[in-house]
Amino acid sequence: MAPEPPLLSMSGITKSFPGVRALDGVDLDVQAGEVHCLLGQNGAGKSTLIKVLAGAHQPDTGTIRWRGEEVVLRSPIAAMRRGIATIYQELDLVEHLSVAENVHLGHEPVGAGFVVRSKAARATTAALLARLGHPEIDPGRLVGELPAAQRQIVSMARALSHDVRLIVMDEPSAALDPDEVDNLFRIVGDLTAAGVAVVYISHRLEEIRRIGDRVTVLKDGRAVARGLPAKSTPTREVVALMTGRDVAYVFPERPAAAPAGEPVLSVRGLAREGEFGALDLDVRPGEIVGLAGLVGSGRSEILETVYGARRPTAGQVRVDGRPLRPGSVRAAVRAGLGLAPEERKAQALLMLESVTRNVSVSSMSRFARGGWIDRAAERGAARAAVRELSLRPDNPDVPVRTLSGGNQQKAVLARWLLRGCRVLLLDEPTRGVDVGARAELYAVVRRLADEGLAVLLVSSEVPEVLGLADRVLVLREGRVVHEAPARELDEHRVLDLVMEGSPAA
Amino acid sequence: MTQHMSPPRDGTGKAPAADGPPAWKGVLARADVRILSLLGVLAVLVLIGGVTKPDEFLDTRNLQLVLTQASVIGVVTVGMTFVIMSGGIDLSVGAIVALASVWATTVATQEYGFLGILFTAVVVGVGCGLVNGVLIAYGAMVPFIATLAMLASARGLALQITDGQTQVVTVSGVLDLGERDAYVLGVPPLVLVFAAVTVIGWLVLNRTTFGRRTVAVGGNAEAARLAGIDVRRQRLYLYLLSGLCCGIAAFLLIVLSGSGQNTNGNLYELDAIAAAIIGGTLLSGGRGTIVGSVLGVLIFTTITNIFALNNLQSDVQQIAKGAIIVAAVLVQRRTASTP
Repeated sequence: MAPEPPLLSMSGITKSFPGVRALDGVDLDVQAGEVHCLLGQNGAGKSTLIKVLAGAHQPDTGTIRWRGEEVVLRSPIAAMRRGIATIYQELDLVEHLSVAENVHLGHEPVGAGFVVRSKAARATTAALLARLGHPEIDPGRLVGELPAAQRQIVSMARALSHDVRLIVMDEPSAALDPDEVDNLFRIVGDLTAAGVAVVYISHRLEEIRRIGDRVTVLKDGRAVARGLPAKSTPTREVVALMTGRDVAYVFPERPAAAPAGEPVLSVRGLAREGEFGALDLDVRPGEIVGLAGLVGSGRSEILETVYGARRPTAGQVRVDGRPLRPGSVRAAVRAGLGLAPEERKAQALLMLESVTRNVSVSSMSRFARGGWIDRAAERGAARAAVRELSLRPDNPDVPVRTLSGGNQQKAVLARWLLRGCRVLLLDEPTRGVDVGARAELYAVVRRLADEGLAVLLVSSEVPEVLGLADRVLVLREGRVVHEAPARELDEHRVLDLVMEGSPAA
Repeated sequence: MTQHMSPPRDGTGKAPAADGPPAWKGVLARADVRILSLLGVLAVLVLIGGVTKPDEFLDTRNLQLVLTQASVIGVVTVGMTFVIMSGGIDLSVGAIVALASVWATTVATQEYGFLGILFTAVVVGVGCGLVNGVLIAYGAMVPFIATLAMLASARGLALQITDGQTQVVTVSGVLDLGERDAYVLGVPPLVLVFAAVTVIGWLVLNRTTFGRRTVAVGGNAEAARLAGIDVRRQRLYLYLLSGLCCGIAAFLLIVLSGSGQNTNGNLYELDAIAAAIIGGTLLSGGRGTIVGSVLGVLIFTTITNIFALNNLQSDVQQIAKGAIIVAAVLVQRRTASTP
């Protein structure tokens, strides 16, 4: 039998954003009727790749062949017209419209040119929902009233309302109960039996084993393995591909003596309902404590709760033995906490402002008398902090948006350095940071710790946690499942602990 | 966001890596382009005025009149600029001016003389700002809605106080301020107040922690919060500030018209917002200048004056203003480097 040309063939796809190369020559082939799994850690480029496929991003270079013919997907509508539908992780439904209206959004059945034929829309929606095993969802209900799992079904019904040949599902099982996951898999089976291809993204290896046909593994914007057999490739090999790296990161040396002394940060019984359970942890001056876990394990939520940006439902945070007022960022900052958040641009940086102003924003009162800012002193201090972290360019007057990801992160660190903070909370510190710049960032963090800073580090990149931290807490679904000194753990052990159900084969 | 790459005239590209000021010069130069273009528009307007009505437009008294008219709306616009810079909006400024002007000119208030009128105007302005600020900052109301409600209520209250009558001011100290005798080197006192508010506004925005916090809140409220700024308190202060400016403007209007009316300050909110926008203030917050806003006010006032001198109806004026707003925003879209 002559091999058919693949339904979809992406080759040499590159895509750069300011300061980071998200995709670096990725190839992806998908056959009609297969479930093709896309695997990779956070920041590996999965989201960017599917956005290119969905027409939401334009690749810088590379070609997309669809059913043997080269195409340019200029917009999501263009992709949809060709039969490529995407179900995103954050569902893109309009809450104030009904189920039927959402399903038919953008291609409403119309009579007399423009009148929406609501009855027809409801009927086809009901049929689609029945096909998806959820006839109980009323097409007339508002999407905002539905639970998350049912919204997912609506999103899928919308995808199927087009004449679809390929569906991309981005972590579809993340919000689902086991029963609902079974239903999802049944739907996927029906689709592929009908010749539709599914690109399936998940962190959960056992799901990929159950429904996947082939696996493509992304790592640092490259496809490190293409079309592996999903059912027979050993877990070890897949995990190694996800985490093993071409560029060996250089991690700074740990100090010979373990940090002693009283913990500067101690957390007792901290919990937020539905996010993470009773958490205890201590961080001493000079110590880097790492939290390892996958998306949804509650890592960022923990940091933000410690920092007061979210209000805990139980528990206490103490700095130097003194309890912090819960839910108050200002109290935390005053006590000496600093946060370098995961979403730097959205949560930390004033993108329209200079580096100086971004660095000084948390210490303005130090340069002000009666509210009047001594700009020379401010600029000098910002420059000193910028130099100390070897931020490039070392001119603090440039707009912060012109910096690369790694240097933007340094600007955030400089902010807390200037503030004289004593506990640094790092949430995915190398997200969006070029591979080459990471080692430098690691060295900076270690040096700050050596100077007496206590660091609480969160990362989904296991090697990063193991290489940088002194002590590691492994999280799964909001609970600490293991705690050990970093040198006693290795990547595979942590991934086994972190990845639900994957055997330690 | 990612579609727009930084255009080449952006900071680093131009700045040599060496130490010193080139980068801030670049920033300055960029700000200058905007300010210079506004000055250019103003110059063209003056030219048009000078050509069409050479004797009347360039007459000292006419220029004094233009500046005096600009003063009232100008003071309001300075406050509005702060609010918009923080990502908010204040639709109630015109109504607050009306309420403050009638409250300060009731028979009872006038008994307390000059200071009574000034004090009342300012307190009423700040009081309205306080209500706005509390609703928005601590009541989590959308600024548009909260200040729209204030607009309606303050206008209503102003009508109730006056019963639709014009309240003539009899306090001579107030009236004298509007007379030619009170001019300082040919400059009306109202214009001096406007100038002072502008200078103070500029200093506060550019040289104080208050200004920095305003910009931070407007540029990225979440980042400001996580950097330890009390975002809610800052928002409250900003609406207080806008209310204060309205109170001052109300006093200026009392001096100018010698009376208080419930119809005062009609559509000031739109004029102030429009002036700030053509002055380069980003409606989403985080960027703007006091100088730009003030130039915006002067441009609008000059247009009104020229049209009036040429006996053109106000409908034509409105159309011209609308066209200028659109043109200014389009030009800025070109020159501004969108992040």
